[in-house]
Amino acid sequence: MQYEPWEAARAAEIIAGHAGKEGSTLVILHALQEAFGYVPEPAIPMIAEALNHSRAEVHGVFTFYHEFRKEPAGRHVLKLCRAEACQAAGGDALAAQAEHRLGISIGNTTPDGGVTLEPIYCLGLCATAPSAMFDDRVIGRLDAQRLDALMAEAQR
Amino acid sequence: MTLRIFIPRDAGAVAVGADEIATGLLDLAHARDVAIDLVRTGSRGLYWLEPMLEVATEVGRIAYGPMTPDDVASVFDAILADGPHPLRLGLTEEIPWLKRQTRLTFARCGVIDPRSSDDYRAHGGYKGLERALAMSSEDIIDDIVKSGLRGRGGAGFPTGIKWRTVAHAGRGQKYICCNADEGDSGTFADRMIMEGDPFMVLEGMTIAGIAVGATKGYIYIRSEYPHAIEAMNAAIAVARRTGYLGHNICRSTDSFDVEVRVGAGAYICGEETSMLESLEGKRGVVRAKPPLPAHKGLFGKPTVINNVLSFAAVPYILAGGAQAYADCGMGRSRGTKPIQLGGNIKHGGLFEVAFGITLGELVDDIGGGTLSGRPVRAVQVGGPLGAYFPRALFDTPYDYEAFAARSGMVGHGGIVVFDDTVDMARQARFAMEFCAVESCGKCTPCRIGSVRGVETIDKIIKGDRAAENIAVLEDLCQTMKFGSLCALGGFVPFPVLSALTHFPEDFGLAPSRLQAAE
Repeated sequence: MQYEPWEAARAAEIIAGHAGKEGSTLVILHALQEAFGYVPEPAIPMIAEALNHSRAEVHGVFTFYHEFRKEPAGRHVLKLCRAEACQAAGGDALAAQAEHRLGISIGNTTPDGGVTLEPIYCLGLCATAPSAMFDDRVIGRLDAQRLDALMAEAQR
Repeated sequence: MTLRIFIPRDAGAVAVGADEIATGLLDLAHARDVAIDLVRTGSRGLYWLEPMLEVATEVGRIAYGPMTPDDVASVFDAILADGPHPLRLGLTEEIPWLKRQTRLTFARCGVIDPRSSDDYRAHGGYKGLERALAMSSEDIIDDIVKSGLRGRGGAGFPTGIKWRTVAHAGRGQKYICCNADEGDSGTFADRMIMEGDPFMVLEGMTIAGIAVGATKGYIYIRSEYPHAIEAMNAAIAVARRTGYLGHNICRSTDSFDVEVRVGAGAYICGEETSMLESLEGKRGVVRAKPPLPAHKGLFGKPTVINNVLSFAAVPYILAGGAQAYADCGMGRSRGTKPIQLGGNIKHGGLFEVAFGITLGELVDDIGGGTLSGRPVRAVQVGGPLGAYFPRALFDTPYDYEAFAARSGMVGHGGIVVFDDTVDMARQARFAMEFCAVESCGKCTPCRIGSVRGVETIDKIIKGDRAAENIAVLEDLCQTMKFGSLCALGGFVPFPVLSALTHFPEDFGLAPSRLQAAE
């Protein structure tokens, strides 16, 4: 995944582009993360100033939602669905396999910065479980073999 | 003659290779110099047959599936020759799994091009809106009341009553909010409709806006649904261009516009007041009720909040179908319910049917049992906050009240099937753990209770004073049920207690009498 390097002027431009919308805090956080791959810390006071909120309020919103990152993810992100429908279809074994092969537990990034392994709670692909998301790609009917192929692709 | 071929762009079909089939087909047609018109539709919801390809013929669409990239050439030959093929499923509409359904909400899903309002109109779309534009607010709401439509998100509150409350909440700014934060595992009906028939959702919201006097609507879609977000944004752009959204819709005096807002991975934001907070750009912390959102909702203004499927049911009702809708169903559960079959299931997918069908018919007959081929041991109905049902309760009819009478809930209509390898104590622990992670933190029973719940279940599993700890767990569940502010803490006791009641042997106790009597 390719992202822009952090630049305050660029962030200010993104914030200004959305600040006029009603209740725009999440919209801005999403836009910043889309541009930079995460929400760099210096952006928080910038959002607060633009929306006339306190820094604490913006920080509170930023930290409430699982999706927003405070640091960049690995070059690839592999999200494994850990919710009930995928548990029923063998998701636990796949999660263990991924942790074993990558040598990290779910929620972490490999030391070389290659892969971030994350849980996700339902992609709505429950009739073709177990499912996963690899970068922007959705994957259904995941099995041990396909998971290995994905991890090989991620580690290339 | 140009061949018209249909391949879904639905995320569920794409996840099992629909894009590769589409690319392969276009390349092949190009190489052989055959003109084809490829339409990327939603999914018909027969997911074990995805990726499914359909071709238009004089007698109707003929389906092939499940396809792999290696099948493209031979299927293409079979289509050109109108010959046999092992993957040929016959006329799509005649596939028994589809034919048995009563598709009112999902009638167009998988049939039309979700990017084209012309196609939507050609299949009966916008008839409800056109009729509503000529009706008074009261008459529109009367139609909704008459249909018996109850909120399809899970709680089952009568939609017409909700609309009437907002309509009577004076003049001034009001909002329509569509809750598309479909976070329950095992549910995907909202996603399918947004991806397969997005104009219907917009039409339903627009009718709601006209009925209550709101000019602005928001659709709150979870970030885990990128395809649905894209589909809704595309449909909004087309609807604005063609005069179905914006100022003076269809040259009337009514105006209405819709904006998509994207969630950020918080399950709690599917709770309506938490969703409002999130839409306002705040932490998704639940609000105490009253005031009801119908009186003080988004930005403190009167707000209609309905689920995707509730709005999706509206165009059919307003197009003159109120009575026909009410004629389906049983008891106080009127109309159809799109049921989603998932997990360890042979024939998983979307099954829209009138209320009243039994759980056993759905799991064994329609779902075909487990994919693993092992016996079905438990099914969870209604998402992470829904109860686990054993086989002994498979005679329960699909009906809001019948499920409530057995300490369960219909919820958003998801059914997740587990085979006999499932450890129910572990599932109970997961329910508490999920609640602990996703709790918004506002009320103590949910925030602290879920953490204590995990600890207590761990002790029970370890055999540490099991009887005493089970009493603690049951007591804790009562506290959470009656003391929590919203359905997260309030309903998590359903999966926990149902696992304990129906599968006590997994907690190291004697088997339940219910199962012994089977």
